[in-house]
Amino acid sequence: MSFLNLTLKVWRQENSTSSGRIETYEAKEIPTSASFLEMIDIVNERLIKDGEEPIHFDHDCREGICGMCSMTINGIPHSKERGITTCQLHMRKFKDGETIWIEPFRANAFPIIKDLVTDRTAFDRIIASGGYISVRTGSAPDAHAIPIPKADADAAFDAAACIGCGACVAACKNASAMLFVSAKASHLNHLPQGAVEKDQRVLGMVRQMDAEGFGNCTNQYECEAVCPKEISADHIAKLNRDYLAASAREATS
Amino acid sequence: MALDSKVPNGPLASKWTNHKGASKLINPANKRKYKVIVVGSGLAGGAAAATLAELGYKVDCFCYQDSPRRAHSIAAQGGINAAKNYQNDGDSVHRLFYDTIKGGDFRSREANVHRLAEVSTEIIDQCVAQGVPFAREYGGLLDNRSFGGAQVKRTFYARGQTGQQLLIGCYQALEKEIGKGGVTMHPRTEMMDLVVVDGHAKGIVVRDMKTGEISTHAADTVILATGGYGNVFYLSTNAMGCNVMAAFRAHKRGAYFANPCYTQIHPTCIPVSGDYQSKLTLMSESLRNDGRIWVPKSAEDAKAIRDGQKKASDIPEDERDYYLERKYPSFGNLCPRDIASRAAKECCDEGRGIAPTGLGVFLDFKDAINRDGEDAIRARYGNLFQMYEKISGEDPYKQPMMIYPAVHYTMGGLWVDYNLMSNLPGLHVLGEANFSDHGANRLGASALMQGLADGYFVIPSTVAVYLAEQKPGSVTTEHPEFNKAENAVRDRLKSLMDIKGNRSVDSFHRELGLLIWDKCGMARDKEGLEHALKRIPEIRQEFWTNVRIPGSPNGLNSELEKAGRVADFIDFAEVLCHDALNREESCGGHFRSEHQFTDADPEVQDGTTQPGEAKRHDENYQYVAAWEHTEPGTAPILHKEELVFEEVQPSIRSYK
Repeated sequence: MSFLNLTLKVWRQENSTSSGRIETYEAKEIPTSASFLEMIDIVNERLIKDGEEPIHFDHDCREGICGMCSMTINGIPHSKERGITTCQLHMRKFKDGETIWIEPFRANAFPIIKDLVTDRTAFDRIIASGGYISVRTGSAPDAHAIPIPKADADAAFDAAACIGCGACVAACKNASAMLFVSAKASHLNHLPQGAVEKDQRVLGMVRQMDAEGFGNCTNQYECEAVCPKEISADHIAKLNRDYLAASAREATS
Repeated sequence: MALDSKVPNGPLASKWTNHKGASKLINPANKRKYKVIVVGSGLAGGAAAATLAELGYKVDCFCYQDSPRRAHSIAAQGGINAAKNYQNDGDSVHRLFYDTIKGGDFRSREANVHRLAEVSTEIIDQCVAQGVPFAREYGGLLDNRSFGGAQVKRTFYARGQTGQQLLIGCYQALEKEIGKGGVTMHPRTEMMDLVVVDGHAKGIVVRDMKTGEISTHAADTVILATGGYGNVFYLSTNAMGCNVMAAFRAHKRGAYFANPCYTQIHPTCIPVSGDYQSKLTLMSESLRNDGRIWVPKSAEDAKAIRDGQKKASDIPEDERDYYLERKYPSFGNLCPRDIASRAAKECCDEGRGIAPTGLGVFLDFKDAINRDGEDAIRARYGNLFQMYEKISGEDPYKQPMMIYPAVHYTMGGLWVDYNLMSNLPGLHVLGEANFSDHGANRLGASALMQGLADGYFVIPSTVAVYLAEQKPGSVTTEHPEFNKAENAVRDRLKSLMDIKGNRSVDSFHRELGLLIWDKCGMARDKEGLEHALKRIPEIRQEFWTNVRIPGSPNGLNSELEKAGRVADFIDFAEVLCHDALNREESCGGHFRSEHQFTDADPEVQDGTTQPGEAKRHDENYQYVAAWEHTEPGTAPILHKEELVFEEVQPSIRSYK
């Protein structure tokens, strides 16, 4: 097994009201087979031994599906590797002696709680504003009652792969949440059972998105580039069309 | 105390229907007067919170994650079982019931399992209506695959992300109710204790993980859906935050803990590579539909592979031992998890393991790729292959995967009756947190089924059995028990902060985990378990005098969060080992080395089973072991619920 010695430049911030700063740490003898978060674990173990506070960061499943981990690594959310979350990044991708900059996902709508931990509950409020199909438990028809063409089901699935991590927002210079919102709208709007509420859905979600302070989309596609599930920015175009149509129908009804 | 399972009378197949029909109802105007606390927002908790709110109850839902969408149900890959028989291959409610009872090695309650099989079909309907994008065929109808322990295709799936898609469906239903005001959601809030008033669970104490604030919440009933205790082993496929604290707090307050020794070791995980490792990654059981598991026939070849002198492709076909196909020809690579795991351990114990540590076997797709083409395999398992490649750095389309068993799921949990209520009145327990449906071993694709069955279909009906007897809002946080419990939580946190020792919380968790894996893992024996029971109090003593928690309790403090959980894992580990020591038999996920078939047994001689298979002792152990808490260091008290089999005759579990 080979080992790396690295220099870390890490954002430390006591709480949401204090101001933060970059601190420098040496990460010594890091196995190349360790994951990026295991590298932070090793550094934290040493910090605790030295009586310092460990670096706080969000993480849970550590297999790329829960969407909790959220680090900006050398300026890019989830690092420059494509199609992964921070927890799926392995140290074999780094070189001995390298300096790594680690910051939180930055956006006004994601206030920092501590160090690298941010508050992303704005996403939950957007879902609560229409990101669902109104069906009561127990009232569903047989699952085969509505056949869905495989192409539609697959398209819905591609959008539904979103894990709600917020990398799209952190990568966007406007901190726009359009990729997140459009993925959910596209997932549900593609399905016959979701099409019924299409208008309320897009109007509700987009308005909540604006109220949370996310910015506008200016078609730079940084969001698509960092998305760990590689969700296409084409969904944004679909959301814009659905929103326009819904607004027109709302104005004339 | 006698354990009354409250299983309804009447024929098995009509118990649930009759029970629902005979249970009391609460009228809509009264429902809104009742307050329900749900702890946990995974498939069981999220589904319960959403459905109870739809019915009109006032729900408060708590989770430790920053969003209910992140509960660990999300990580389930392979699928969810349902007796739809869409494949016309002979499936039925009875077959799913039978497979689950047999899969559980005849250690589960017949009535609960039958109910699970019955509601399985409604779950699929519900999820499709919510927009869960299950895999479909070109005709637009749903596709199915096969899973371990079944000879029909009844598993519904959404690529390798079934848990994610089901949880997102459930989360959306929950957010819908949050938006309407029926559910108040408390993310990043951890349950620290249960409040019991006059013998009934009536509230909880929680810690706001952002601010450190401690508060109490009262309700007419408390529902725990807080998952399993797999992280007692430290390394497992569970998320880092999964813990037993909520269940163990309830246990300390009087709820019995049932069958903790039934732990599931999943056969297909990526092997351990180093001591810095924080978790293990599961490769879905669905891979066993097409992957063939093997090790070299000779220990010399295995050593050459370990040393890097040979590759898998250097081993000719007749020098390979496809040991599952050899030992279990009718189920082959799709035999149940406990059996596949133990078989892998046996091969590695014989020196035939192929990973650098000696602990690993091959999962090989060469034949499937030759048969169906690489594209077909990519379409079925693309994301799993990609995940393997990212972690191991090897290409599984070219080289077989290396896999080894890892702790995955825990069948044991808090004891519940047919209504999913604990022996502690007012406390309901759902999903992996309860003990009820999987017996001694859970079949693949049944965890999602049970979580959603409990949350969407069982508890919304059975909670009324308890609530109808309660005056709504009769207990508030003004009751002195709340203040008492809150102060106890503050004192405990202060004691932890005040230790100021020299070791990190993780170092204790690792130490405990290694001990439990070694002595109470895939194989257990009396000597090892007694050793563990001697070591655990020493670890506890060292923990409470030498753990170091930096920072302050007021605000986000991940070390303090972990410390509380590890302290409870240490105490819980004793219950686990006591249960494993008490159960002098082997069944499902509990394998006592002293109790296995040998050549001397008539069942081996007549070919019913083979040497090394688990040997049950139905005459003495056909019961649920429900443990009552005593002070740490003293043995818990055993209560038994005898298991009665009316429909299925327990037999030697054979997958030959």
